Amino acid sequence: MATTRILEWLGRLYIWLLLAFLYLPIIIMALMSFNVSPFYQLPFEWTTEWYAALWQNEQLISATRNSLEIAIITTIICVVLGSAASLALFRYDFRGKKFLQALLFPPIAIPWLITGTAMLIFFFGVGIGRGLFAILLGHVALALPYVIVVVSARLQTFAPELEEAARSLGANQWQVTRRVTLPWIMPGVIAGGLFAFAVSFDQFVVSYFLSTPGQTTLPVEIYAAIRKGFTPEINAVSTIIIVVSMALMLLTARFFKFGGEK
Amino acid sequence: MAAQGATASRSGLRSALPLLLPAYLWLTVAIFLPLSAMVFFSFMTDLPLSGKPWALTLGNYAAFFSQSLYPTLLWASLRLGLEVTLWCIVIGYPAAYVLAKVLKGRSREAIFLLVILPFWSNGLVRIFSWAMVLREGGILDTALNAVLPFKISIDLMYSYPAVIIGLVHSYVPYMVLTCYLTLQAIDDSLIEAGRSLGASRLQMLKRVIIPLSMPGLVAGAALIFVPVVGSFMEPRILGGRTGTFYGTVIEDQFVAVFNWPLGAALSFILLAVVLVILASAAPVLRKAA
Repeated sequence: MATTRILEWLGRLYIWLLLAFLYLPIIIMALMSFNVSPFYQLPFEWTTEWYAALWQNEQLISATRNSLEIAIITTIICVVLGSAASLALFRYDFRGKKFLQALLFPPIAIPWLITGTAMLIFFFGVGIGRGLFAILLGHVALALPYVIVVVSARLQTFAPELEEAARSLGANQWQVTRRVTLPWIMPGVIAGGLFAFAVSFDQFVVSYFLSTPGQTTLPVEIYAAIRKGFTPEINAVSTIIIVVSMALMLLTARFFKFGGEK
Repeated sequence: MAAQGATASRSGLRSALPLLLPAYLWLTVAIFLPLSAMVFFSFMTDLPLSGKPWALTLGNYAAFFSQSLYPTLLWASLRLGLEVTLWCIVIGYPAAYVLAKVLKGRSREAIFLLVILPFWSNGLVRIFSWAMVLREGGILDTALNAVLPFKISIDLMYSYPAVIIGLVHSYVPYMVLTCYLTLQAIDDSLIEAGRSLGASRLQMLKRVIIPLSMPGLVAGAALIFVPVVGSFMEPRILGGRTGTFYGTVIEDQFVAVFNWPLGAALSFILLAVVLVILASAAPVLRKAA
């Protein structure tokens, strides 16, 4: 039918328009990071001086190091604690299990502004205060539910009979977990870990409330810089961040097809 | 849900506890205790840490209701949330439909990935990227002036529309994702059957497709509305002086004015509003599950 073909064609066109809306600002920002004019003026002249300038910016470099360290530690802690919790929720039945599963959603659903300010108040009250340790505490708590959800989704595709079979062949609990269960859920664990890294590395709101001038992360440092005024240096560091986080997400997608079969 | 009874023979909290405890302990210390502390704190006159005397009070909540500023700003934030959500539906739903029902195979997979890719990239940076486009002498201004025969000056930066554009850009992938998941689950033969029985495209949309994809719409709306009501970074960067919303006022209490008890009360009121919204969205979602 002719109308169907026209409608389909319009649909495709529409998707491309949406993609343009989503990507054009980012592409323009990236282009401006290679432009000579510090006031973003055209015509465009190629330079990499803004990237070179990043290496001289001690504050940005130390904030980047903090961000990476916190993201890596967050990932490791979340993967271990999250996989253990997912396994327990999958294997065992007990009263209150539904409640424990429901508890995973407030950290995801409550706006970070509320979570962040609540953490600030509480950490101050109990003497942890602000700083990198407080940020790490917060990031792990924010990323943990995502990891549990992702690993649990992968466990849904696991046949518990496999564990039974291994056990009947004489494997003990640890051997069953290590040789049978873990290999099966590994794609979920890797995807969960990448999620955790992304949640931590991109986290701004909670880090913002928990950081101090010396102990801060990259997004917080960028926010401070943006509020002082726009410079091509911010474009440069932003471009690096967006490339890194999109690459991470592509990697995640390879390991975990968003809940689908693989 | 997980494996009902499959391993129930070795069931029990005692075996599960060692595996569960570390994760839930962490969540308690870093999420649930802080939220409780915030509620407690919102009833205090002053920080209990600074050595100053403090007492319990309802004053922080009275401040919210007695000064028209706070309810007005909360209302402004709710309206902002509503507007952004509506735009996300208008823009995102058709895209989800095309993805689920028009595109096939590898191209669908690739485009789906492209749409949701920005959704996990840095939100702050994406908001900042709009500054490049919207400012006077920015790309939009330059491009329009190159095309149009007359001189116009586009300076959307630091305006309400700029905040809307930035937020819609940030959150529209959520709507595409949730709607896509429900639309994809609709059996194609159902649509064919309706069409062969003489239903027009519009009737199919109104009677079959939209009702069946309602859970996705509601989930997307909740996922967008809630964070937008609590947004503060986006209005600050793109809204400038017009960007004062409920979220920015809470931010001020903690980083500029240092009236933490008032900030806690304002946060808690926001939390209450958020919970009411999530609770009212829950029945639609549960029906689908």
